[in-house]
Amino acid sequence: MYAQMVKSTGDAVKSREDMSDDERHFQDKVDANIKVEPRDWMPDDYRKTLIRQIGQHAHSEIVGQLPEGNWITRAPTLERKAILLAKVQDEAGHGLYLYCAAETLGVTRDELTEKLLSGRMKYSSIFNYPTLTWADMGAVGWLVDGAAIMNQVPLQRTSYGPYSRAMVRICKEESFHQRQGYAIMMKMAQGSPAQRKMAQDALNRMWYPSLMMFGPSDKDSVHSAQSMAWKIKINTNDELRQKFVNETVPQAEYLGLTIPDENLKFNEETGNYDFSQPDWDEFFEVLKGNGPCNTDRLNARRKAWDDGAWVREGLLAHAEKRAAAKVAAE
Amino acid sequence: MKKEWPLWEVFIRGQHGLNHRHVGSLHAPDAETAILNARDVYTRRNEGLSIWVVEARHISASAPGDKGPLFEPSESKVYRHPTFYDIPKDVGHM
Amino acid sequence: MAQVDQKALLEFVLRQGDNTLVLGHRVSEWCGHAPVLEEDIALANTALDLIGQTQMWLGLAAEIEGEGHSADDMAYLRDAWDFRNLLLVELPNGDFGRTILRQFLFDAFSAIYLPLLTKSADPRVAEIAAKATKEVAYHLERSAQTVVGLGDGSEESHARMQEALDYLWPYVGEMFASDSVDQAMAEAGIGPDPAGLRAEYDALIGRVLSEATLRIPEDSFAHKGGRNGYMHTEHLGHLLTQMQWLQRAYPGCEW
Repeated sequence: MYAQMVKSTGDAVKSREDMSDDERHFQDKVDANIKVEPRDWMPDDYRKTLIRQIGQHAHSEIVGQLPEGNWITRAPTLERKAILLAKVQDEAGHGLYLYCAAETLGVTRDELTEKLLSGRMKYSSIFNYPTLTWADMGAVGWLVDGAAIMNQVPLQRTSYGPYSRAMVRICKEESFHQRQGYAIMMKMAQGSPAQRKMAQDALNRMWYPSLMMFGPSDKDSVHSAQSMAWKIKINTNDELRQKFVNETVPQAEYLGLTIPDENLKFNEETGNYDFSQPDWDEFFEVLKGNGPCNTDRLNARRKAWDDGAWVREGLLAHAEKRAAAKVAAE
Repeated sequence: MKKEWPLWEVFIRGQHGLNHRHVGSLHAPDAETAILNARDVYTRRNEGLSIWVVEARHISASAPGDKGPLFEPSESKVYRHPTFYDIPKDVGHM
Repeated sequence: MAQVDQKALLEFVLRQGDNTLVLGHRVSEWCGHAPVLEEDIALANTALDLIGQTQMWLGLAAEIEGEGHSADDMAYLRDAWDFRNLLLVELPNGDFGRTILRQFLFDAFSAIYLPLLTKSADPRVAEIAAKATKEVAYHLERSAQTVVGLGDGSEESHARMQEALDYLWPYVGEMFASDSVDQAMAEAGIGPDPAGLRAEYDALIGRVLSEATLRIPEDSFAHKGGRNGYMHTEHLGHLLTQMQWLQRAYPGCEW
């Protein structure tokens, strides 16, 4: 997902007997769905895990601007350009909300940014794949935002108040993102032979990377077990992936497009679609930095940050000058 | 020089005459820019008619540990709520 | 309404629409690359306003032209010599300072010009101007504030802003280089002759640039050729190559 493979303590979830009084009180609160707020007592690992998770989520929004931003200047109509720009702008907004949520945990946005730019913090694997045709704008909205929504909707109920409130706002704003992507796919699928070919090609390339977004199976992961006990993770990766496949297959059928998986078929017994797993070796390579666009994406972010330094410093210098002049005048 | 812009809390009054409500935070070098940034970040969907910003460090907050003494005493003052009083139906709406 | 030369009217409307089209495109290039998130979001808002104004202006242009074209046809299927935007707006973005200063120089003109267009004898022009006037008032507030902040900021930001002003200044004069089209519009009550707005413009930008501690170059030379289509810069062709590529490569498709 936008936050993949977030490590928590690495230890098994503590039993009630092993918890300190503070920890037990904290867990009771989480169990009772009472939100944890910034100044409340919280286990150190809860704080650290959340910073990693919210930070990774925020970084994904920001890096996620790039593959779609790649097509803003080439959008085929004025309306498509406006829609795409508004959508990518939303992503910047969502990154901003999430950084602010992380800041309530005692870390600054600049610190998180530096960790992203130095490669010490990750962002979602999906944004290391290229957007090659206009149909990719459709596929990204339909599949990538579709997959993200699977995860973000339940996260509105997460235990940490500021994170939960950011997710509420994000989900509200994101509701048009998947629809605009699907609307592009509909136009393409019903369009000329070249457009249909583009649409199928986009689905072929984006399908497995979209499945990877949920991360590898974590049903046996101690990290996930702890995060779920803390309600900063609500579902397992496999649950969300299955839900995504179940919802997406009929949407692809409606478009008349073929999901690139020979093993895909409805299982009467389970009520789910059976499907092939993505290539997890490829996934780990992408996480390591060996995806098709890792270098370009990070370089683009570094360039924006470095080129912008004089602007940030200049405006602050002006504000400080003004404040000093005001004090002197009083 | 390496300094981050200060953090501002943003409050917006929406269409329906309700109070300004905290909607989130942002960074800005000064108050004037914070208001413009708030307009661009938090009213993209026609959410607001008025914006307040206050630098986060100027907000004083109650301590979580005081929750008991601060808020529990009011729980027993049930007579402050209209439902405490039984008014016969015959009296009509009150 | 008095008889209006439709050819001149079309030319006039294209000048408005091509300015917002090309500038909106340039500003949208920043998306994902701005110095700070708040600015990224603000720039996108400006670009979105400009794209919206483009849809109205070019929609009206297509209507006046009367050949069954749409606003998109006007944007995506004309070649460089058909474009009537100021050279100023087609210049490459450069650094953030140049982008925001160009925005300010354009906003200052629009903020004076558009309110006058709201009184246009052509109600279609007046209606577009009324909507755009509010958007532009905000653009100007924001770009002026940023120009002041950076001009009167650090040593580096001041130097960069002065450099940007020196670079952009020769492109300011074209806004006021009026011709027979402007005279026809003024006579028909469609819109004022921009040449008459120079003093007000100079006063406005003079106030802001002086607060920004920036020095207006003394040389009053002005590059021209955009708003009458005589000679654009080389940059416009590259911009159109990118913007129009899909429409050109796959003609007649719906997107």
